[in-house]
Amino acid sequence: MSSGPVHVDLLPGPPADWQPGPGEPRLPRPPEPRLAPRSAYVVQRFVKPNWLNRRVGALVERLPLARRAFTVAERKSKEDLFGCRMCGQCALPVTGYSCPMGCPKELRNGPCGGVGPGGACEVYPDRRCVWVVGYERAASQGHADDLRRLQRPVDHRRFGESSWLNYWAGRDDHLWTDNDGLASPPVMGDQE
Amino acid sequence: MSALRDRLASGAFTITSELNPVRGGSAEAMKERARLLLGWVDAVNLTDNQGAHVRMSSWASAIAAREAGLEPIMQMTCRDRNRIALQSDLLGAASVGLTNLLFMTGDYPKFGDHPGAKPVFDLDSVTMLWTARKMRDEGKLLSGNELKPPPSGLFLGAVENPFAPPEEFRAARAAKKIAAGAQFMQTQYVFDVAAFERWVGALRDEGLTQRCSLLAGVGVVRSLRALDFMSSGKVPGVSVPDFVQRRLRGVHPDSVAEEGAKLAAEVIAQVKAMPGVAGVHLLTAGYEKKVPDLLEMAGVAGGRGPGSVTSSAATSSAATSSAATSSAAAVKAAAPDIAAAGA
Ligand code: SF4
Repeated sequence: MSSGPVHVDLLPGPPADWQPGPGEPRLPRPPEPRLAPRSAYVVQRFVKPNWLNRRVGALVERLPLARRAFTVAERKSKEDLFGCRMCGQCALPVTGYSCPMGCPKELRNGPCGGVGPGGACEVYPDRRCVWVVGYERAASQGHADDLRRLQRPVDHRRFGESSWLNYWAGRDDHLWTDNDGLASPPVMGDQE
Repeated sequence: MSALRDRLASGAFTITSELNPVRGGSAEAMKERARLLLGWVDAVNLTDNQGAHVRMSSWASAIAAREAGLEPIMQMTCRDRNRIALQSDLLGAASVGLTNLLFMTGDYPKFGDHPGAKPVFDLDSVTMLWTARKMRDEGKLLSGNELKPPPSGLFLGAVENPFAPPEEFRAARAAKKIAAGAQFMQTQYVFDVAAFERWVGALRDEGLTQRCSLLAGVGVVRSLRALDFMSSGKVPGVSVPDFVQRRLRGVHPDSVAEEGAKLAAEVIAQVKAMPGVAGVHLLTAGYEKKVPDLLEMAGVAGGRGPGSVTSSAATSSAATSSAATSSAAAVKAAAPDIAAAGA
């Protein structure tokens, strides 16, 4: 299955007929990320803003049709892999690749105090909390400290946008702090 | 400006208590309930529609509690208000001298009496604390707009549940809140003292107990019905470890309340001896009138009681507190409301 250094593992997804039940529109879907933790960090190396990505991003942004197609492609792939909600300001790189917008409270700074014994979501007890999953995934790859960064509030105007284009264009630079913020007061910045 | 801050800074063992606002529109009813705690605790938390059940607003209840002679801590959750309303309410609270503010994410609406309500969760507990600190220290709104004048003297609080999974991350999550601005932190029910000590130890090792005062949440399980409810998984964030359940189920059903109080008193004594713990936070679940007994039992009641209060507000309220029967009735009505604060 492995071919060279880039090795991407897919975990089994939900059954094909799986649907959120009544009253569960905010359920994570798929319930847990499908990209294996190690693979996620491998892919991260390629998605990080680099010379090529920036060029591609700038080009795509100039052409409305290309931008739309690109956004659709991002949505399709990330929906299947992570249950992406297209918030347009992706937190995956520092959450163990478990989408925080799948949390019914959309918490981006870690799990609430309502997580049940065994890691059950407070709101949907037959699902595991996205942060329990995220912590486990990040810790398994030596990335637990990523979760200690402080995440700034979500900008609700960005919903529906491509987070990759935002990432490559540098519009995502201030989503989280560089570290745990304990040594000196973390800067919030103005959230116009 | 905050007596709670002074108390914690003095290093004295500090006792705070939950005080659930009334379901009704009368400040007098609120004051009656508050008077039961007068002199016994150093501050009271006015919960913000706890368990997503509608109650009198926490700011109005905080003013009533203050008029009854108590030091109020106003709670604010992110469940019902977006960043505009939260900042506006914070300014309003500061304007009337409510400076002890405690922020939490809040329980999901489906647990409350209006399960169909729209959940807001625009900010979370960390970003809300961070916003409050920005408002106080930089004199700016989240937007960057200047405040004239900025709210001064704010003393910022948070909550944490040291026992919820992922347990290894809970100290880190508390650290995030401290980095964001938390100066005091109350916890969910402590039953498992060893697990609590691990959590405190992790924060102590990082030097964070010097920056933020930790108050251990303590409550009394008063009946098997309450125990069943608390261990049913239906109360967000509350779980009762097996060894505690065995102990409470092992006694005669009539003595559960007594055993529960004994257990809580033991927890208070144990956490009091723990370096890095500043005090306890009493989760009263409506039984404010039992607080004096519990404190006596735990051996921390010395010097407390209505007689210990000297402020003028307190004396005037003590004179009118003879309406004890109706206040007991008001408290009784709140008893089934065990739902505890989610972090
Ligand atoms: S873009 Fe937003 S919604 Fe989509 S996966 Fe990333 S964090 Fe989740």
